[in-house]
Amino acid sequence: MTSNVDIRDLSISFGEGPAAVKVLPGVTFSVEAGECFGLVGESGSGKSTVLRCISMLTDFWQGSITVGGRDIRQIPRLERCRLLQMVFQDPYGSLHPRQSVRTTLSEPLKIHGLDDHEGRMRRVIRDVGLTADFIDRFPHQMSGGQRQRIAIARALILEPSLLLLDEPTSALDVSVQAEILNLLVRLREERGLTYIMVTHDLAVVDHMCDRFAVMLHGEVTEVLPRTAIDGNHATHPYARELIGASLEYEGAL
Amino acid sequence: MTVKDTDMPRQAMKMPSSLIVLRNILGFLMRSPTSAFGLIVLGLLIVIAAFAPWIATHDPYAQDLANTLQAPGNGHLFGTDELGRDIFSRLVWGSRISLTIIFLVSIVVGPIGMIVGTTAGYMGGRLDTVMMRITDIFLSFPSLILSLAFVAALGPSLNNAIIAIALTAWPPIARLARAEAMTFRKADYIAAARLQGASDMRIIFKSIMPMCLPSVLIRLTLNMATVILTAAGLGFLGLGAQPPMPEWGAMIATGRRYMIDSWWLVTFPGLAILTVSLAFNLLGDGLRDALDPKQMNRR
Repeated sequence: MTSNVDIRDLSISFGEGPAAVKVLPGVTFSVEAGECFGLVGESGSGKSTVLRCISMLTDFWQGSITVGGRDIRQIPRLERCRLLQMVFQDPYGSLHPRQSVRTTLSEPLKIHGLDDHEGRMRRVIRDVGLTADFIDRFPHQMSGGQRQRIAIARALILEPSLLLLDEPTSALDVSVQAEILNLLVRLREERGLTYIMVTHDLAVVDHMCDRFAVMLHGEVTEVLPRTAIDGNHATHPYARELIGASLEYEGAL
Repeated sequence: MTVKDTDMPRQAMKMPSSLIVLRNILGFLMRSPTSAFGLIVLGLLIVIAAFAPWIATHDPYAQDLANTLQAPGNGHLFGTDELGRDIFSRLVWGSRISLTIIFLVSIVVGPIGMIVGTTAGYMGGRLDTVMMRITDIFLSFPSLILSLAFVAALGPSLNNAIIAIALTAWPPIARLARAEAMTFRKADYIAAARLQGASDMRIIFKSIMPMCLPSVLIRLTLNMATVILTAAGLGFLGLGAQPPMPEWGAMIATGRRYMIDSWWLVTFPGLAILTVSLAFNLLGDGLRDALDPKQMNRR
């Protein structure tokens, strides 16, 4: 299934009446199937909100989001779940503390009535670089990196074609970050996944993404190819400033 | 379906792990003297109730009018009451009644409070408001008075007392479960469950309830002490168990008339009520420490 994502005039406001806060005034961008698309910007610029809108975790937005040419609102819930999945920022909060890995991974299989639970679980656990004996562990028996791998396994077990990554490495130690990023790169190559990835870190974008959008106050200021990072080819002043600051920081290291 | 086959090893794996959990909890409870006391008293109570016919020295209903109001000793461990019935035997048989009340009230109150609370807490919005206002109405009545009203309407009997107690005991549990559910509903693992296509009901039962279960269990255990006291209170007022049933509260009620001369008529049932409700309170306190995920799943 192709899963090119097209977002037009996505806007959302929280609260009602005069107290309403418009978080996204109008976001428009599109992502090719098989592409890794980055969303960067400072805290509170609405990056994560965009992901929550695409995944319908927040469903009171206006505008249109299409995945594979189909309006996301028209896709039935279960089908939508097999089309897109999300990996959350904090692996300490995204796994149910009282559910073993087995329960975490078999729940989606039961909901969708899929067969061969044991085989599917073993395959996906091996795919994320863990051994099968992790199946009976609980979250508190694993490290942060291992938890995030399980969270990725949970997202992959329904074999979606679009993966929404909400700062998947920012809660992890630097050395573990690299492992998880390499894992994500490998999985995309193997499975032909489409990624939309939220991050603060331009180095992550440089490592993984084909293109990226710079967001400011809920608006996309500019969509740039990865090659624009080296030498700072951005035209919008904020995007230039952001990339410049990042390059300066890297240079200082 | 093939699902069945893959579920087989899963079930086989699960049994020992839940046994390990139970063993860990019991072990933890036994380590602290107060909760160990609670556990032992309740274990004794269950044993006494189960083997009542063998432990009791007399028939609890057998009257011996030649032998009324006899002081403890002389073949009657705790003496006899105004109809010459053996008080020790009546206490032993009465433990069955107390356990029945506790058991029935708990299995009614626990699920009702849990379902109302978690649903209101997870769904939020108007449903939450409506459900919690209903809970507030029940909560605003003093429970003994409400039980009295129910029993007065339905007629005095043990079953009606159980219904009345159950109707008044669920609101605090619903409140607790709601408060817990509200802290978990925004968690990422709930969002992940929604993304996997889990229905609201599935999320409530599979994700929210396990998180609320420990605090609800603790509350339920602490509640059992209140249940015993309320049941004894209703029995004392003549609205619970009816004579000649050997219910502890009812025994105190009838013994009250002879209290000045025959202290044993009220003392021993009173001590039984005190000990058992104290045991439940101590056990509830101990469970609060024991029911924490790291404690439960340690291998």
